[in-house]
Formats: sequence, C-alpha cells, structure tokens
Amino acid sequence: MPAVSKGDGMRGLAVFISDIRNCKSKEAEIKRINKELANIRSKFKGDKALDGYSKKKYVCKLLFIFLLGHDIDFGHMEAVNLLSSNKYTEKQIGYLFISVLVNSNSELIRLINNAIKNDLASRNPTFMCLALHCIANVGSREMGEAFAADIPRILVAGDSMDSVKQSAALCLLRLYKASPDLVPMGEWTARVVHLLNDQHMGVVTAAVSLITCLCKKNPDDFKTCISLAVSRLSRIVSSASTDLQDYTYYFVPAPWLSVKLLRLLQCYPPPEDAAVKGRLVECLETVLNKAQEPPKSKKVQHSNAKNAVLFETISLVIHYDSEPNLLVRACNQLGQFLQHRETNLRYLALESMCTLASSEFSHEAVKTHIDTVINALKTERDVSVRQRAADLLYAMCDRSNAKQIVSEMLRYLETADYAIREEIVLKVAILAEKYAVDYSWYVDTILNLIRIAGDYVSEEVWYRVLQIVTNRDDVQGYAAKTVFEALQAPACHENMVKVGGYILGEFGNLIAGDPRSSPPVQFSLLHSKFHLCSVATRALLLSTYIKFINLFPETKATIQGVLRAGSQLRNADVELQQRAVEYLTLSSVASTDVLATVLEEMPPFPERESSILAKLKRKKGPGAASALDEGRRDPSSNDINGGMDPTPSTVSTPSPSADLLGLRAAPPPATPAAPAANLLVDVFSDGPVQPSAGPTPEETFLSELEPPAPESPMALLADPAPAADPGPENIGPPIPEADELLNKFVCKNSGVLFENQLLQIGVKSEFRQNLGRMYLFYGNKTSVQFQNFSPTVVHPGDLQTQLAVQTKRVAAQVDGGAQVQQVLNIECLRDFLTPPLLSVRFRYGGTPQSLTLKLPVTLNKFFQPTEMAAQDFFQRWKQLSLPLQEAQKIFKANHPMDAEVTKAKLLGFGSALLDNVDPNPENFVGAGIIQTKALQVGCLLRLEPNAQAQMYRLTLRTSKEPVSRHLCELLAQQF
Amino acid sequence: MQFMLLFSRQGKLRLQKWYVPLSDKEKKKITRELVQTVLARKPKMCSFLEWRDLKIVYKRYASLYFCCAIEDQDNELITLEIIHRYVELLDKYFGSVCELDIIFNFEKAYFILDEFLLGGEVQETSKKNVLKAIEQADLLQENTENIYHSKSIIGYKTAY
Repeated sequence: MPAVSKGDGMRGLAVFISDIRNCKSKEAEIKRINKELANIRSKFKGDKALDGYSKKKYVCKLLFIFLLGHDIDFGHMEAVNLLSSNKYTEKQIGYLFISVLVNSNSELIRLINNAIKNDLASRNPTFMCLALHCIANVGSREMGEAFAADIPRILVAGDSMDSVKQSAALCLLRLYKASPDLVPMGEWTARVVHLLNDQHMGVVTAAVSLITCLCKKNPDDFKTCISLAVSRLSRIVSSASTDLQDYTYYFVPAPWLSVKLLRLLQCYPPPEDAAVKGRLVECLETVLNKAQEPPKSKKVQHSNAKNAVLFETISLVIHYDSEPNLLVRACNQLGQFLQHRETNLRYLALESMCTLASSEFSHEAVKTHIDTVINALKTERDVSVRQRAADLLYAMCDRSNAKQIVSEMLRYLETADYAIREEIVLKVAILAEKYAVDYSWYVDTILNLIRIAGDYVSEEVWYRVLQIVTNRDDVQGYAAKTVFEALQAPACHENMVKVGGYILGEFGNLIAGDPRSSPPVQFSLLHSKFHLCSVATRALLLSTYIKFINLFPETKATIQGVLRAGSQLRNADVELQQRAVEYLTLSSVASTDVLATVLEEMPPFPERESSILAKLKRKKGPGAASALDEGRRDPSSNDINGGMDPTPSTVSTPSPSADLLGLRAAPPPATPAAPAANLLVDVFSDGPVQPSAGPTPEETFLSELEPPAPESPMALLADPAPAADPGPENIGPPIPEADELLNKFVCKNSGVLFENQLLQIGVKSEFRQNLGRMYLFYGNKTSVQFQNFSPTVVHPGDLQTQLAVQTKRVAAQVDGGAQVQQVLNIECLRDFLTPPLLSVRFRYGGTPQSLTLKLPVTLNKFFQPTEMAAQDFFQRWKQLSLPLQEAQKIFKANHPMDAEVTKAKLLGFGSALLDNVDPNPENFVGAGIIQTKALQVGCLLRLEPNAQAQMYRLTLRTSKEPVSRHLCELLAQQF
Repeated sequence: MQFMLLFSRQGKLRLQKWYVPLSDKEKKKITRELVQTVLARKPKMCSFLEWRDLKIVYKRYASLYFCCAIEDQDNELITLEIIHRYVELLDKYFGSVCELDIIFNFEKAYFILDEFLLGGEVQETSKKNVLKAIEQADLLQENTENIYHSKSIIGYKTAY
C-alpha cells in the first residue's frame, strides 16, 4: 500500500483495494467483490444507524467496484444521504457517487435535486461548486428543468465568487448542449459577454467556452463579443511571458484561453469594424512572427502550447479566407513543420494544409510542397500520418500535377495498409477522371487500379469506367485494345473480367480487324475465364456472348454451342439458366435485324454526380470531397472534365451533360414531343433505338450488380408493344426511399416530397372530413425541357375500393427551370392501409426516366380531432377492450425527446390532445374519429415517454382492429 | 472534449470521465476498443488518431496512458497539454504521482479533474488555483476526519 500523504484516506477502503489487487485470478476477484457487496448490503440494511464516516467508506467501496466494471444496483439512497450531510467530506463523496452512477430512478433525482438546491442556496462557495460540478457531470434533462433558470443568475450575480462563476459558466454550457430549449435567453446574456473583460483569467477561460457555444446558435445576439475577444486576445498575445503569472504555461501566455478566443472568432466572419479588424490582423501576425523566434524552452510543453495557438491562428486565417498574405505565410509555416522531427507536428501540418489547399489564395503555395508530401507518403512510419499525406495529395491535385500524384498514389497502393486501400482507390479513380487530359490515360489508370488492388475496387469504380467509355467514342477502341491485353495475364482479377467482358461486348468490333484479336480469339480469351468467375460475372459474360453473336456472326455457332451445353441450360442458378435459355432462343429465332435492334450498342449514360465521389463522401463524412467537388480553383476544367460529355463532333445521341453545364444552349434534338403523354406513342417514337422498355440504363447501372445487359429477350419477343395504360403491373416498384419519404408526411401536409438532380416534387394538401385536396408541384431542375411528362396515380390492390383519387392531366412538356402543378381530389371511401402510388415518367435528353413514389395520403389524414373529458375518455377506453382493438408498441426514441415537438407531431397526426386525463403529466393522451364515406372509426391513443430510457410506449385503441395496428405503426415511426 | 480515459499498460482502466451521455454498455464498448487501439501503437507514433468521427489524443506517462476524445474542430496540441497539466496537478498533489496513487485515491483524482475540467472544457488553468481549491477541501476534511480517526481503526478491526 502506498503512503498516502494527504487527506488521511479511509483505511477500510485502502485495505479493500489492496485485497482486490492481491487477487490472483478473476474468479478470486469476483469472490472478494461479492463478499464485500454482501457485507455492505447487510450494513446498509442493518438496524444500527451507520455513522457518516462508515457510510462514506462503503459508498466509496461501491464506487470502486463500479469502476472495476461491475454493476451496482444499490447504495444510491446512502449516497443521497451523504449529499445532504453538512460535512464537506461526506457531501463530496455523495456527489461523486451520484456523478458517476446516475440512476434513472426519478424518485431519487428529486431528492438529489433537493440537496443540490440547498447547496446552491447555501452561499458557501465550496458547497455551491460541488453542486454545480454535479449538475455539469450529470447534465440530464431533469436537472436542466430544475436548475437551468437559476444558474444564469448565479453566473452574473455581482457577489458570486470567481470559482463559483467558473463552475456556473461551464455547468450552464453542459445544460445548454444537452437541452438548449431549457436555457432561457435574456438580460443575462449581455452580461455574460462582458465576462470576457473579467479581471480573473480563470473566469474568462470558462466563460469563453460558454459564449462560443451560445453564439453558434444566436450569432446576432452575441456579436459584441467579437471586439471584446479581439482586445483580450491582443492583450495576451502582446504580453511578456511573465505578465500573466500562473496563467503562463511554459513561457507561453495563457495558451488555453488564446485557443478558445481564436475558436470563438471562428464563429463569425472577419470583423466589420476596421479598427477591430486591424487589431486582430496584428495579433495574427504577431503569432506568426513568434513562430519564427527561437524557443524560450527546450521542453516539448513549450513548443506544444505555442504551436497550439499557432495552429488555431492558422485555422482562423483559413476560416476568413480573405487575407492572401496571411494565408501564404501560414502555408510557409506549415511547410516548415512538414519536415519537423516531431511526428505530431508533421501530422498536424499535413492536416492543416489540406484545408489551405482549397483556398484559391494558397493553393499554389501548397503545391510547392508536393515533393515533401510524396516523400511523407513513402517514408512515414505511422499509418495515420501517411493517411494525412494521401489526403493532402488528393486536396492539392489539379491539372498540372495530376499525373504525378496519381502515379505516386498508385505506387503507394501496392504497399498501403489494408485499412485505407479502398479510400485510396476511390481517390485515384476520382482524380483520374477529374483531371484526365486524354482518356486513354484514364482507362490505363483504372485498369492499373484493378490490377494492383482489385479487391478494393468497388462497384462504383468499375461502373464508372464503363460509363465513361460508353459515353466517349474517342476512347472506345483504345479501351477495347487495353482490356484485351490485360485479360491475357494468366491470373487477372475478376473485376478485370467484368470490365473486359462488358467493353468487348460493346466495342470488341473495333479491334476485330487485327488477327491477334479476331472475334474467335476474343471469345476464347473471355471464355477461358468463365469457369473461374462468380455467378454475377458469368451472367455478365453471357450477355457479352449474345452481343458477340450480333457483332460477329461468325462466332454464332460456337457461342450457341456454349449456351446449349448442359452446364448452362440446366444451371442450378436460375439467373444463369434463364439467360442461357433466353439468349439461345433469341439467337435462333430472331432475324438479323431484330437481333441488331435488341443488341444495339448501349446509349450514352445521362450525366450526374460521379457515384464514386458520392461514395467517398459517405466514407469520409461531409466535406471530405468538397475541394474537388466545388472545382472552384480550376474553372478551366469544366469544358473538358467537368462532365463526361462526348465531344460534339462525335455525338450521335444528345448528351444531357452538355446542357447541365450550360455550355451548349440548344435543346437536344430529341423526338418531337407527342401531343399527349401516351406511352404507346412514346415507345413507337423511340423506334428501334430503345428496345428495352424496362428500367433506364442509368437505373440498371446503379441498382443491379452488373452493368446493363439487354432486358430479358423472351419478354421482348413475346410482347413487343407494351400496354398503353400504365396499370399497376406496368409501373416500377417504389424507390427504396419511398417509405422514408412517406413517413415525413404522416404528421404534416406540405413540403418537398422528392428531389434528385433532375426533378423536385413538392406537395401541399388539406383534408376535411373524408375529403382531401392535394397540390403536387413538379419542378424541372435542369435547363432542358422534359418531354412526355406524365405523372399518374395508381391504386395497387384493393385500394381502388377504399380511396378515390381524381387527377387532372398536366402538360406533357416541362421547360427547363419551370414548374407545373397537378391537383388531386381525394375521397376516402373506407379505411385503407397502403397509400396510393405516384408514378412519374418523362424523357430527359432522349432518355426515359421513371420514378415511383408513395403518395403522402395516409389514413390519419382523415382524422377529426375530438375533445372529451377525462371521465368520457376512460369510459370509452374501457369499451374498446377487446384484445384486437388495442395495438401497442414500445420503441426507442429516434429523435430528441422534446415535449413540445411531440405535441406538435400528435396534433399534426390529427388527433385532439387531451390535458388532465393521464395522471402522469409527462404522458400524452389523444382522441379523434377517422372519417370515411362508409364508416367512422373512433380512435383513442396514449403515448408514454420515458426520458431516462429514451423509449416510448404507444397504445392505440380503435373500434376497428386493422386500424389500431396501422395507426400505431404509422405514428410510432414519427418519434 | 467528449471523454477522458486513464488506463494501464496492461489495459486496466484506472479512471474514466464522460462528458457526453452514453449508456454503460456503450461506454464499455468504447473503452475496450480504444484501449486496444492505443496499446497497439508503437512508441514513436504520433499522439493523434482518427477514431469514428472523433479525434483521439493520447500520451503515455510511465505505466499509465492518458487518452482524450475530442471533436473535429478541437485543437489537438492544446489537448495534449490538458493531459500534461492534469498530470502536473496530480504530481503536485500526491508528490511524484504514480499509478498506485491513482488506484488508491481514485476519488481524489476525480476531485482534481473536476476542478480543472468541467463539462469537457477547461475551467481553470492555473495550477495554484486548482490546488488551492483541493487543499481547502482537504483542510475541511482533516478537521472532520480527526474525530473519526480512532473509530476508523476499530471499524477496520471488527469488519475484517
């Protein structure tokens, strides 16, 4: 046992801790703990009243046991007793126990709050601080409700001791972070800002944190803090190292406070007042100057504290992004750190430079460090530093250095840690696409990626290369030649087979003239890989084979032989079997013309955000890819690399991307719009170019594992002209997010129902009794006219008999940037469970688009709120007591549990809210009647939140069983 | 700061302080994961790492690792010095602090931390002021403790 010098600890506790430490095994430890727990339990339950010291000792033991990782389910009462003691030492232990082991027992919280209230009112600063620490440590909503109004008063009271003010400031910060709604803004806020002027540096240090948090939500209310913060900062920065006495840390004046002040200033744009701004710039320059001075101490603490302030200064400079001179100086400073012997500084310099690289003022300055960064990628021993280096290379990349950076990253990939390979692959793929000067380089790069790190090349990456090759006919021949060569490697990655199979199937003809890559050679090369591949790849290869039959009639016999083989026609995998059967039939039944039509080269893909970029963003969180995303520092890139549009001379089909970029103003020479949005006309007008009436190539590309293959030819042969009426069987399934989108509208009637890069659909609706009217607004977000625009409402299943929806047809063309409105009249005939579907189809730049959503009409829209007294409520509640009339759900809260929000949602759901019905005021009770033409359904509901457990219990009782269940499910998803 | 953990080279948790509400289960999971990650790192590696959407700042003092989780916009270097200042405070209070002091006097370690950091933010950076607050409390403690001193020995003998 160590000699404890201070505070004369509790001997019993020390002995117990020693015992635990001496335990030879986990079992022995548990045995000793259980013995102790039994002992404590009996002491607590015993008849003899325990004195304060014993209580304190046992509570401490419990705490120790808890900190060892065991559960403690008693002792709270004793801890609360200690809290209320007026002996400091007992009180302190009581508070510690409560702070570490918060319990959801609300009875207990009331007692604790009582003790805290007494201590806050005690005017004894030590007690007050203990109480404030406890509130800050627990920070629960109950405590917020009890104290959020008192603490601001303590904070700004003239007679509060400094230490109390400090604790009060940070206590309030914690409560504000946990439940901002509980902290009332008011007269005190102005006085809090003036704490920045306080004589006591500790008070300022605590107050700045609070102010920074408050002003993020209410920037205008706290604007006066800017000038105060600047003058405080300026006094610190210009002070001599001894001026601030104990607030100087290893010769650095008040580093924590300086960092906090610089953070506060980052909540605002540069100061408008010229004098304030001048003073601030002077401060920032001083910090940058000091970085060049020789260190005042060799201790790492000195350099860390000094550089902490320096890095925060640089962050502020980057945040302002308006002082080219400071930005360049910051960059030079970071450049020095890149070669520093301290790993920490190298890491931070790489990290900080990443943000500098996205500023137009410092981008060039960052680029000068490229060699150092590449060197870091090669030589750093710590993977987290290498990761930063890779990030920085990505951020500093532009047209001028893309080839160098991409090749370095490729080289790094060969030895990179497995954990970051996928990210590097994504980055290389994005850079190669973004900065490709010629597309043969791009194709080479992606094939290299597959060769080096095939396992880490995600679908997005190889889909993308196919999109680009398909859209650019100047690279197709090169791509075919290159994949053909790559496939000759004895072992090549399956992703290479996929890319190769697809490209040769589309463009194999471009290299067929060379006897070394004649059609039979191409086929046997691909087929030699076939048996080693997964089902998805084999399915893709089968599509390639049928395309070969069209491209190279001379291979027909061989390929039919392959398709006819038992291993294909009777393959256990249904997809492979179906393809083999259908392709074989297609190749024998169809005439050359039909074959050529069905197996036509794929049309160009509509332009959109690179799916790889989206993936990187998902991986790294928002902002990760923004530097490239904005492309602001390389405006010239737009014409060549901004999109993947084919050059005009070679286009056969209009490219939507051209107009997305606004470079070519003429609308695409698509088919003239049919007078009525009739699908039949639509299909015929497409003629042979678009044989597949199914999903657009774009959708297939995203939603399936494999790139677009011809749609099932059997179906095509059997039914060449699809039905004219878009009945339910004819529209696609709702998009995956349809349910989520629908959920947003259960409790509200207007908002944006759907949005993608082309189209925005807004909705506004009103309901009365069993009738409703809905306005749908379709906005064309592009600059190109939508053709054959046709939104339809479909009633799947029985819905036709349950809900009547009348729509008016809308104009078939929607001009770029324009919006059209559609009115829906809705009548609820009887209760229904599934919402109607909204199917939107149109042609955009020659490509058919289709989209199916769930129309935000749910049963609760036909709610009539009903007020009733408690007595009536309970009577009706009892009447609806059949087991099937009740539906109940217990679920976790998905959103913060805010009573006001909950109320608003329940009202939005349509029921009346009944006060004074439930004995527990935390609970919500509602009543209403669902109005349909055929019948009325009375509904009662009760929602019981449990804030501690973050759970709800929802109970619904209605006179009709499926209605209870349905409403319960709808409503449960709202919280 | 979201939380601070002190653990030994053997991976034993010595002190935990959470500034965000998390369930016990989640806390245990985080602790396990982080202790493993940090112990796996080599001595010369950098003191910062990305973990989930947080930044981890850690430093080893003798047999003990001090490990803080901060948010994206927080300053890594100043956090490193938060750790150092806390170590200095412990050192000054215990007199060349060692791991055992923290094990046997964990409650003191908590009290000192509460004076220095509150709600995850630095409350008082002056060593003098923090220790003054703690010593005042100890003074109060000794005054009351003397009365119990004899009792505590008796209690000890009968209890074990």
